[in-house]
Amino acid sequence: MRTSGVIASALLAAAVAAQPLSAAEVRVLNWQGYGTDEAWGVEAFEAATGHTVVHDYFNSEQEMLTKLRTSPGAYDVVLINSAFTIQAAEEGLIQPIDSAAISNFDDLSPGLRDAAEFRLDGDLYGVAWTWGLTSIAYDTEEVDPGNSIDILWDPAHAGNVAVRDDSVENVYLAALATGQNMNAPEDLDAIRQKLRDLKPQIRTFWSSEDEWNKEFAADAFDVAVYWSGSASRSAKAFGLPVGYLIPDEGAIAWLDGLSLAADSVNPEGALQFIDYMVSPDHFVRWDTEVGAPASANGVAMNQLPEDAFNRQVLGDPAATANLQFMAPLSDETREAFLEIWEETKAWYAE
Amino acid sequence: MRIESRRRWAIAWLTGPAYLWLAVTIFLPLSAMLYFSFQKKGPFGRHASEFSLKHYEAFFTKGYLQDLMWRSLEMGFHVTGLCILIGFPAAYWLARRIRGRWREALFLLVVLPFWSNALVRVFSWTIVLRPDGVLDRAVQLVIPGLPSIDLTDSYPAIIIGLVHSYLPYMILTCFLSLQAIDESLLEAARSLGARSWTILVRIILPLAVPGLAAGSILIFVPVIGSFFEPRLLGGPKGTVIGTVIEEQFTVVSNWPLGGALSFILLAIVLLILAVAAPVLKNHMRTT
Repeated sequence: MRTSGVIASALLAAAVAAQPLSAAEVRVLNWQGYGTDEAWGVEAFEAATGHTVVHDYFNSEQEMLTKLRTSPGAYDVVLINSAFTIQAAEEGLIQPIDSAAISNFDDLSPGLRDAAEFRLDGDLYGVAWTWGLTSIAYDTEEVDPGNSIDILWDPAHAGNVAVRDDSVENVYLAALATGQNMNAPEDLDAIRQKLRDLKPQIRTFWSSEDEWNKEFAADAFDVAVYWSGSASRSAKAFGLPVGYLIPDEGAIAWLDGLSLAADSVNPEGALQFIDYMVSPDHFVRWDTEVGAPASANGVAMNQLPEDAFNRQVLGDPAATANLQFMAPLSDETREAFLEIWEETKAWYAE
Repeated sequence: MRIESRRRWAIAWLTGPAYLWLAVTIFLPLSAMLYFSFQKKGPFGRHASEFSLKHYEAFFTKGYLQDLMWRSLEMGFHVTGLCILIGFPAAYWLARRIRGRWREALFLLVVLPFWSNALVRVFSWTIVLRPDGVLDRAVQLVIPGLPSIDLTDSYPAIIIGLVHSYLPYMILTCFLSLQAIDESLLEAARSLGARSWTILVRIILPLAVPGLAAGSILIFVPVIGSFFEPRLLGGPKGTVIGTVIEEQFTVVSNWPLGGALSFILLAIVLLILAVAAPVLKNHMRTT
């Protein structure tokens, strides 16, 4: 393995030396509008390396896996949430990454860079790119948030709460609210009851960031589960009075990595693209102009303006002390979580 | 003998392509799904095939699945009933009262929704039904000061969307039945002194039963399996058996449970048709 890897990288280096600007395509699979497809970023990368960037999108992690399974060789770089990286590696959908090819690798925060969720048999399968929270956003003009997750269950906000129609997210929240380890909850009945108790609170389910912003602007709800990166965009790009609460009970944290597809046609271009994506250059502009989740690159986070959402909210060590990172879920656990959520929804619909 | 065998060949040649088409597009996928519904796990990942009845058992042991199945059936009856109430009179007017160009124009209006995508139709309804939406503003214009109408995320919203989507089936099937009624029958009834109501109940309605039945089946079957209309128009109130089946496939790749629930749904539909068929047959024979 090692020697063949060395030979491969030697050949790769020779190929790169022979064609310093080998114009090829880098095909990226990601959520739409999630950083990699910012026009200025793509242009800067194309100007610097000569590679053109082509995007394809997925709407769910399952769809991403299905696309990798059914179209080998169609992608070079793929965004994979850390909860799915090992599964994708075990299925042979992505290949190991040589960290030496990533010039910004040493600047990445060690806790994220070296996360066990990115490694299989000692090999690196994902480069930590962005992280963030699923927590609670509120209307700063109407709500005093306090510091507890129970704000979602507070009768003062009855009929004014929105959650996403997502089984895992809601079971996690109920686990945090009942003081359990969200990745291995033991008292599922307590979770079931906690979710049922949400019935009088819920106004609507939201399904996309765009919908969240429109409904929030139309005052459809005051308190809602939301993603930290989206909350930062709502406040910055849309000027909405959105505050973000990281409760004492903890919050759901996620970590996204960039991976190299198993049958990548242009692996060197792919690694250059990943390197550019984790650089401060790309992140600072992405966060200041558009609004981004937190970067795994600590150097990049420190280059943000003092008042930036990411520095203010996610940079505070006290607020982030109780985070629980999402671990990979087995099929059985996913099915169990979905069953709890569907049973709860049947109760909501009555 | 020779004529007999030639006829058989002709029948085989003429019907063969249709049966082949049915086999490839319906029978094969359905058999695959039937196979998966008896498997312990879906087709993804590395595991041996293993026979299991647990996904069928799940339906009978988990109360919420039965509740949702009942909810879907209820939704099917409500939508079909409303389609009959609105569609039959509409078809009657179209078939027997309106003539010439007007009929063509009205027909076009009935069929027009079919030309637009179903999702577009459903999203349009969310614009109409939301607070400060089209409906709310119209009502406020007529009677100012009424409390704001908000039908978003409610059961009535689902019913409105589904009735709108499926009404044309009922109008078209009833129209065909009603148009085929021989005018001389009605003239005979009138000349014997029957009133309009008697004519409607004793002659027109019984003769329109095939159209009503066909329309009802065409509507009931897809409605009880519908999932995106309830989800988009019902929100937190929009959970039905169709959304549960869809989520088995899209959220957890649990093909076996999704398949099992689909076949239970299919069995219930067949059961309802089996119960309804003798009643309908009987009815048609006596008329």
